[in-house]
Amino acid sequence: MITFRDVKKAYNKKEIIKGLNFTINEGELFVLIGPSGCGKTTTMKMINRLIDPSSGRIMIDDRDITEKNPVQLRRDIGYVIQQIGLFPHMTIAQNVALVPKLKKMKAAEFEKRVDELLTMVGLKPEEFKKRYPSELSGGQQQRVGVIRAMAANPSIILMDEPFSALDPISREQLQDELVKLQKTIKKTIVFVTHDMDEALKIADRICLLRDGEIVQLDTPENLLAHPANEFVIEFIGSKRLQQNLKVLKGYRDRDIEIPSEVAGNE
Amino acid sequence: MNDLLQFISSRHSEILQIIWQHVYISFISVGAGFIVAIPLGIILTKFEKLSKYILGFVNIIQTIPSLALLGFMIPLLGIGVTPAISALFLYSLLPMLQNTYTGIKDVDPALTNAAKGMGMTELQILMKVEIPMAVSVIMSGFRTATIYTISWATLASLIGGGGLGYLVFTGLATSNNNMIIAGALGAVLLATLTEFLTRKLQFFATPKGLRK
Repeated sequence: MITFRDVKKAYNKKEIIKGLNFTINEGELFVLIGPSGCGKTTTMKMINRLIDPSSGRIMIDDRDITEKNPVQLRRDIGYVIQQIGLFPHMTIAQNVALVPKLKKMKAAEFEKRVDELLTMVGLKPEEFKKRYPSELSGGQQQRVGVIRAMAANPSIILMDEPFSALDPISREQLQDELVKLQKTIKKTIVFVTHDMDEALKIADRICLLRDGEIVQLDTPENLLAHPANEFVIEFIGSKRLQQNLKVLKGYRDRDIEIPSEVAGNE
Repeated sequence: MNDLLQFISSRHSEILQIIWQHVYISFISVGAGFIVAIPLGIILTKFEKLSKYILGFVNIIQTIPSLALLGFMIPLLGIGVTPAISALFLYSLLPMLQNTYTGIKDVDPALTNAAKGMGMTELQILMKVEIPMAVSVIMSGFRTATIYTISWATLASLIGGGGLGYLVFTGLATSNNNMIIAGALGAVLLATLTEFLTRKLQFFATPKGLRK
């Protein structure tokens, strides 16, 4: 469980995060979304202390994250970044085993885990372990990026627009795999994106930010059914709002009413 | 042509000794340059402000004409092998320093960020990510420095440093064309051989996943 309490961040007196209060539940896939400059990446990077807040507190399981040494903290939190992120001078196996090695886990222990993880995302260990990132496709590389974050078995994984550089087909596949993976491993995942389709597809809850403030924090269903204001409607896009409501309605079989302001806004 | 071969065969033991001397002063100079320039270049990447001054200073040394620099060495260190090596050492610094600095600076920040986010310490980022990623560029600086030094070492004989320059300049003074050609040819062959060897070295020093 991750809790933000009055978290603010200012650069040169300009406040870019203006007092965030929210809780990310255990085992939840939590999506931070918003237009560029809204502070979504900054918010995420404060969780593993790549950025420290100017004021306020962040707690993981009720313990303030500043109590721990940042290096130790980061080793306990998985991290997947945009685009490459894999180290081109290390083999796939070395990349995946990186954090376990940093944590001084025993070789026998993590080598088995590397194989399991590769198998889990459909990459045959004997075929891929000794290869270098440049010998893999973009989709394969990012699969490795995702499992690398899981290698040391962290309970929290941060993902910073991990699929945005991929082609649409690989992106869809990886999104599906992530949702499936999430159901089996039950990690807390904080996922940053600017792509609303992606957010609606994978999120348990979506936190929509604008100018460093939360505009709406809700489940995808509620976000579509009860957008808080004009900005939300605009950001989701009225067309997508209608389509997705229908899709969600059919897919998840829930009672969702289409609000009149959305329905009438073609 | 026959004359030249005759000249070489008749004086081959002397020529071999001169070549050895040439290799020796070049190697010591570049070796010392390597030991200073690589760590210094790495340190400079962590001290932005200092780097401007140091790189600027080394750049100035580079612009001093080589004859003049060798000349400066005489009042400071006298004549012989030591001043020659000192001058060549100063020259070899820049390519290696510059390449080390830029090589590390040019490592994609996405990678160092990823490394930091995964929980590497500053030192681990340097040793496990930045240096391996920059090795190829660093070694290319070493290659440039070595080849330049081999060619500049020809001038070392002017201040009594010996080497292939001795054949060239003595040949000039005594109008012995064979001697000039033997010296020049030796320098060219040496530089070509060094080019080949340092290229191989660069290739093998580069981590496998980054070799082209």
